[in-house]
Amino acid sequence: MAPFVRLTGISKHYGGVPALTDVDLDVAPGVVHAILGENGAGKSTLMKLLAGVTQPSAGRIEVDGRPVRFASPRDAAALGIVCMFQELSLVPDLTVGENIVLSQARTRAGFIRRSAWREAEAALARIGAAHIKLNVPVRALSLADRQLTEIAKALYRRPRLLILDEATSALTQSQTARVFAVVREAKAAGAAILFISHRFAEVDAVADRVSVFRNGQHVETFPAGTRSREAIVALMIGQRLTEFYPPRLTPPDTAAAPLLTARGLSWHGELRGVDLDLRPGEIVGLGGLDGQGQQLLVQALFGVLIGVQGEITVAGKQVHRLTPNAAKRAWPGFALVPEDRKTEGLILDLSIAENLQLAWLDQCRFGLLRDQGDIATRLVRRLGLVYGGMDDAVSTLSGGNQQKVVLAKWLALGPRCLLLLDPTRGIDVRAKSQIYSLLRELAAEGMAILLQSTDQEELVHVCDRVHIFYQGRVNAVLEGDTLTAEALVAACMNLLPGQAAA
Amino acid sequence: MKRNRPLLLALVALVALFAVYIGIHPRGFSVYVVTIWSNQGALLGLAAIAQFFVVLVRGIDLSVGPVVALTNVAASYLVQGNTAEIVLGMLAVLVLGALCGLANGAAVVFARVQPIVATLASGAVFGGLALLLRPVPGGTIDDDLSDLLTYDIYGVPTSLVILLVLTVAVTLPLRRTRIGLSMYAVGSAEGAAFLTGTRVAAAKLTAYALAGVFSALAGLYVAMVTQTGDAGIAPAYTLNSIAAVVLGGVPLAGGLGSPVGALVGALILKTVSSVMFFSGLPPLAQPFFEGLVLAIAIFIGAIGVLRLRSRLDAYQR
Repeated sequence: MAPFVRLTGISKHYGGVPALTDVDLDVAPGVVHAILGENGAGKSTLMKLLAGVTQPSAGRIEVDGRPVRFASPRDAAALGIVCMFQELSLVPDLTVGENIVLSQARTRAGFIRRSAWREAEAALARIGAAHIKLNVPVRALSLADRQLTEIAKALYRRPRLLILDEATSALTQSQTARVFAVVREAKAAGAAILFISHRFAEVDAVADRVSVFRNGQHVETFPAGTRSREAIVALMIGQRLTEFYPPRLTPPDTAAAPLLTARGLSWHGELRGVDLDLRPGEIVGLGGLDGQGQQLLVQALFGVLIGVQGEITVAGKQVHRLTPNAAKRAWPGFALVPEDRKTEGLILDLSIAENLQLAWLDQCRFGLLRDQGDIATRLVRRLGLVYGGMDDAVSTLSGGNQQKVVLAKWLALGPRCLLLLDPTRGIDVRAKSQIYSLLRELAAEGMAILLQSTDQEELVHVCDRVHIFYQGRVNAVLEGDTLTAEALVAACMNLLPGQAAA
Repeated sequence: MKRNRPLLLALVALVALFAVYIGIHPRGFSVYVVTIWSNQGALLGLAAIAQFFVVLVRGIDLSVGPVVALTNVAASYLVQGNTAEIVLGMLAVLVLGALCGLANGAAVVFARVQPIVATLASGAVFGGLALLLRPVPGGTIDDDLSDLLTYDIYGVPTSLVILLVLTVAVTLPLRRTRIGLSMYAVGSAEGAAFLTGTRVAAAKLTAYALAGVFSALAGLYVAMVTQTGDAGIAPAYTLNSIAAVVLGGVPLAGGLGSPVGALVGALILKTVSSVMFFSGLPPLAQPFFEGLVLAIAIFIGAIGVLRLRSRLDAYQR
């Protein structure tokens, strides 16, 4: 059958970083097509291109054989392409009904027709979400109910291509089954469905065809059920370069007393009883699919979250009333390299020298800035920062060099424990390698390092031990021989050990 | 209803204040007293509804006052002559207001200028234009029309009737039409609205244009009450319209509230200053107490910030 949507030679890069490279893909009507790949494989970028959220840097998109260019999601929706976004596209202050109806207002003289509200109700009922009332503000819904509303909203628009991006991640099994039943109905009615999921069980349950992506490239497409899970995981991981990781040192003695102990950390149902031990000289990794609580754990340790339950002990003393300002003092001595260096890590318009002083400000007597010149220069040299002058704005640096400034800013304080949120995302290979070496050196000097990362290879090669998060809990702890790429991917997807062993 | 709680609080406050006002007014409850109160309230009420539309789409309009002044001046030239000329004149004033609003909207939507900067600049232009047209207050307004619109109908102030009709006329369709819902959506979560395929630009332009129209209605009504055109009235309307919106439970972060709230906020502000006037407080102390009332009201409205789950959230909205 002729494809509904055909992608030819599609590439997309953000700044200099490629997200998709030369992708060809056909999407056929009446088929559920699963897209598989690791974090950063390019799946989400692919969906955004199809949904009109971003535009390709090169290549062509054809719909019904005609080339198209989507300037916005409106254009894509006009051709029947509807995406259910992973980061939900609901307006929190509007009601459920208003959110659904607004997505495709059926109006008479500008007024929304009565029938539109009935259809919205029917769409909810169809996916087994009749318990969600139309007049409730979305803000008041649970995550699962929001996800159901998002699905109902997509169905209400009667799509010809329905894109489900991690659409059921918060749903229970029975809810998911109900949604899948509707997906099959839509398929039978001739709709094309693109299905992104990290759960093999879901892929097995609905997919007719599977495409695997890796590093922004379309690796292979095959009919569902023709490959084993092991073979699929192998395709997702591929062959990788490992030489730019620094050599492993002997991990610290596990009998040594931990510097940081966390017991039973919980936060609003999104962290559920997390335990952690971190010894001086250790690099502990935090992995998992996006948003399983690993970032929240780091934020909790740095005092960003309010209402965290559980116990945090540093060097044998329990920590109370944690705020970022308290966390960075000599005790407990935390430093945080945040997730988004451009908004959270740096003040882009200030100079390199000024940014380096920011974490240090509390150490200044009487609020007077003191020249901590040699510490800064030493750190900058140690990190191999490439820059014009210390008075240049940080925004003039490349991503990798910006991240080095963030690191130097914190290292100037001499922290005992370094917390890193995805520190190498979107930076070049050389800077990555330098940062890895630095982390190893710091650990060898006795610093305790907690590294959250979406790069699974990084976790395997840099960390002494990796905690894998799943739905707010630590699902698995991998170390020594069990710390392999295959085991990591399997644990992230909550597959039982052995189920996906290579 | 949780979502209407700020509005209910404001309504209760208004009724209480109104009772106090009537209680201390030397002439007590009479058609005359209520009509004066209503006329005063209508002026700020219309300006507050203008401000509401821009705040709804997460903007702020510093040109409300200048547009009131400009349309007031225009009315002092245009609203006279025979009936046809008067009707056309009033229409022309409203179109002028709409154009001012659209100019603001275009600067925000197409040139991507921040609303506060765009309307600061355009406000200076509109205000300056009003001053060029009428360097000193003057001009005439048709007497019969002015009387008709500023007295009462069978004991009910005409201004109150006009105000209620206009408010209902914009409030009812707001959550029942595509464009109205789009404005709420854009103000609440512009990114989500865009991903849903909402016409973001159209919603914003409409909001700014409606703000212009309501500013022009305020300008027209100033002309009816004062029977002159005065370019100097701008400053009072801009800041008071913002205060009124906040008092009426419309958060400056956008996406919530209703024109009714803005109107109630405006009436509260007007009543507070009238109560001050008759309270026997020394005139020089009155601005202090007015400010205090406003500060307390805004503080009560801001208590929600205390319920944070993550310290980062405090910096994100």
